[in-house]
Amino acid sequence: MNEPFDAKSSENQYKLLGELTVPLDDSELFTATSVEHWKQVTEKIAWFVCLLATLVLIVPMMAILTYLLVQAWPALSFSFLVENPHNYMTAGGIWAPLVGTFWLVWISLLIAAPVGVLAGVYLNEYARDNWCTRIINLAVVNLAGVPSIIHALFGVGAFVMFAGMGRSLLAASCTLAVMTLPVIITSTREALAAVPRAFREACWNLGASRWQTIRTIVLPNSISGILTGVILQVSRAAGETAPILFTGAVFFSTLPEYGIQAFFPYGLGDRCMALSMHLFTLSTQVRGVTPALQYGTAVVLIGLVLAVNSLSIGLRVYLRSRKKW
Amino acid sequence: MNDQPSTTRRATKRGRARLHAMLQVVLDRTEPAVEWLIRLCGWSAILLVFGIFFFVFREALPMLSGKLNLTEFFTSLEWRPTAEPVPHYGILALLVGTISVTGLAMLMAVPLGLGAAVYISEFSSGRMREILKVLIELLAAIPSVVWGFIGYMVLGPIIIRLTGAPVGVNLLNGSIILALMSVPIIVSVGEDALKAVPDSYREAALSLGASRWEIVYRVLFPAAKNGLLAAVLLGVGRAIGETMAVLMATGHAIQIPHSLVDPIRTLTATIAAELGEAVQGEPHYRVLFVIGLVVFVLTFIVNLTADLVVKGIRNERAV
Repeated sequence: MNEPFDAKSSENQYKLLGELTVPLDDSELFTATSVEHWKQVTEKIAWFVCLLATLVLIVPMMAILTYLLVQAWPALSFSFLVENPHNYMTAGGIWAPLVGTFWLVWISLLIAAPVGVLAGVYLNEYARDNWCTRIINLAVVNLAGVPSIIHALFGVGAFVMFAGMGRSLLAASCTLAVMTLPVIITSTREALAAVPRAFREACWNLGASRWQTIRTIVLPNSISGILTGVILQVSRAAGETAPILFTGAVFFSTLPEYGIQAFFPYGLGDRCMALSMHLFTLSTQVRGVTPALQYGTAVVLIGLVLAVNSLSIGLRVYLRSRKKW
Repeated sequence: MNDQPSTTRRATKRGRARLHAMLQVVLDRTEPAVEWLIRLCGWSAILLVFGIFFFVFREALPMLSGKLNLTEFFTSLEWRPTAEPVPHYGILALLVGTISVTGLAMLMAVPLGLGAAVYISEFSSGRMREILKVLIELLAAIPSVVWGFIGYMVLGPIIIRLTGAPVGVNLLNGSIILALMSVPIIVSVGEDALKAVPDSYREAALSLGASRWEIVYRVLFPAAKNGLLAAVLLGVGRAIGETMAVLMATGHAIQIPHSLVDPIRTLTATIAAELGEAVQGEPHYRVLFVIGLVVFVLTFIVNLTADLVVKGIRNERAV
């Protein structure tokens, strides 16, 4: 026992580390049994499979978007955006549908945003937790799940026929507004719920009424969150086709190309072209369209929608970063 | 005292303050009216859901009350709405089309969606997770007409080359497109469900020596099963109701599919394709509203079930 420690001796199974002896061969301390080995393998497999599932979603999408962009490249130019389609839509640009989409989205926004925001205010600030509120919640959820073609039928039945708007810009915008309402309600509610209750209580303590509190405290503190939802609505409305197909969109209409008239080509009672509808028409209804024109329209539509969406996402990230409470 | 504003500026300031005060007074006075307005808007969702049902039903009613043979409607394969002298309104083939394309799409979308949800929620972290979530969100933002366009112009030729099918727009094409469309909702709802499982569950499992996969499989899946089921149901709801994409990508042939590459037609695509041609008030026009009612009821049931399933977990948690 008094022999000096020889690290190189034949019994160098152990190494001295201060007071601690550690087996050099860790098999003595920890042996992966077959069960544990299996565990590690399954974890690796599961990780890989899940990664694969994610990649299968994202990589092809990227590839397809790139492919669309490459195909559309010859058509994309400034004149493509500002020219009207001509020669039975086999040539020219997309100005008329672009303006149509712009007005459809704005008018639907003007209708849906106030109603949606007030509904969100009601659900978050006024409604108590009773059966009536539960039914409203259920209605919002189900309204969000109603298929777009049913919205189209509703638009035809209610706005075009019953309200006597006929097939018009106004009827199409109303239909889009109904469709996008639940999105606005839900996001407004979330934005309002994020305002701490203490803010409201402090305001009530000063003697403010409910409406005063909402006006001066709750809405200013959640306005950006509400905007995020509204912007998201814009992107959804811009891309929809089915609801406007029978309520106001038209395959083709001739428009002035120059002057102030080019920006206000449609009255509320006119039928209008729309970008999403135009893509549908170009790819399935018209013969002899150069592919670049179709791809170009698709790319502009995707670009528009994704740009609006990125704006919304960016706003959300920015908000989260500077949240004060 | 040091920097006295000029008199005019002080005046405008005072004027603005007075205007502001007046505005506040007006706004305060209108409180009862405003409250009613808010309440009305709050109820708008209910009004609209009933309104949608009412107006679709109203247009369909003349057909439903006697003129339409419901047995034939649901069991006949013949959809010849414009045939003379006797039109045939049988939606069985369309119903089978909808169900087959939805089912096939779900076969692809559910594993992919849940896999991606698990990866995002359990196997990735930090910046990577945020990036993946944003990408999935962008996938959800692509409009359905663009998906249809992709199916028609890009996927169709690929399918022809790979399978040798005579037409590229068919059941397979439609369901791939539908799967890609309904995956984002499955991923985001599924991820929420997984995230809602308390971390203490994960920690307990870890301390028992479970691997990450065991945590997912033995702990998270049972704990989040309702949320995951709701995710799948919402995906189904989206797929049933999808219109433009299936209109463009499924080939539009009224038949029961016998192979993956047979073209089919769905309920929604039929409405979209024929409502434009149908004469207002004619039986053909009204039958399309009846089909709309069928689609509405189908999606309503699916969404309602999903909602009840989600409510179910919430109540369980509360206990």
